[in-house]
Amino acid sequence: MSENSDTNYVKIWAILLALLIVSYLGPMLEIQIVTLLTAFGIAAVKAYLVAKHFMHVNHVPRFVPYLMVTCLVFMLLFVAGTAPDVYRDSGDNWVKPEAQWQYMPPPVADHAEPAHH
Amino acid sequence: MRPIATTRSTSGMPTGLLAVWWVVASEIVIFGGLLGSYIMYRLSHDAWAGQAANTNTEIGLFNTFVLLTSSLFAVLAHKAAEAGDGKKAARLLYYTIGGAVTFVCVKAFEWNMEISHGYTITANTFWSFYYTAAGIHALHVIAGAIIMAIVARDAAKNAELHRVELIGIYWHFVDIVWIFLFPLLYIAK
Repeated sequence: MSENSDTNYVKIWAILLALLIVSYLGPMLEIQIVTLLTAFGIAAVKAYLVAKHFMHVNHVPRFVPYLMVTCLVFMLLFVAGTAPDVYRDSGDNWVKPEAQWQYMPPPVADHAEPAHH
Repeated sequence: MRPIATTRSTSGMPTGLLAVWWVVASEIVIFGGLLGSYIMYRLSHDAWAGQAANTNTEIGLFNTFVLLTSSLFAVLAHKAAEAGDGKKAARLLYYTIGGAVTFVCVKAFEWNMEISHGYTITANTFWSFYYTAAGIHALHVIAGAIIMAIVARDAAKNAELHRVELIGIYWHFVDIVWIFLFPLLYIAK
């Protein structure tokens, strides 16, 4: 870390802020691919910059990044394992009654009448 | 006598540092699972986009700015600690805590506004995810600020300066989680 000066850290911070502004302005174009790239692509770039320059992941023993990636992969495996249950309403010998649920009820009115019993 | 965590190393790095990375690895699974579930439900329920339109992007933008700036203070505190300047490190850690307090206050204001409009944790599944994800993250911010205050108190006396790096790593991770929460909860509408 000794090769890093305060100025370098401030530069990284300025880049992060510039990326933040782009991720805010990008979706205003209302083009889906632009929104995805500016919002999530830039989030990935920002996370990389923070991990590399602020957390100094390239200065820790090699097994540490491997540990992080392993946890990430296992987490993604769990997500992939549950994905069919989320995306499908039925399968071989199973039906998801939740498919009939009202997932999105209308928002509660600001001045709803109190219930009387 | 110094604790074992600061003097013994069986992995090529101080045991305390290894422990912090281990915490971060665990947090990747916790937040990763939460965000992965959110993305799955978001993609399979188009109505969520309509609900997400009710979150306040400008507040999310401001809080992202606050956390990024607090991360800058945290890394500058680490640098000061490495140079043996405990007082400067402590001062910068207090600035970081200021960022944490600002973040939580803004979050409280934002939630108060949303709850008063009927968007409570039980309103529907989107808001359940919203409050769970942002709430767990806010708890991490509060915990980080408390630990940082303890570390800063010692650092001001030039004691246990290695801990400045440890709390810094945790804080940067909390920042990274928010970097992903911001587009998910506030931008993708």
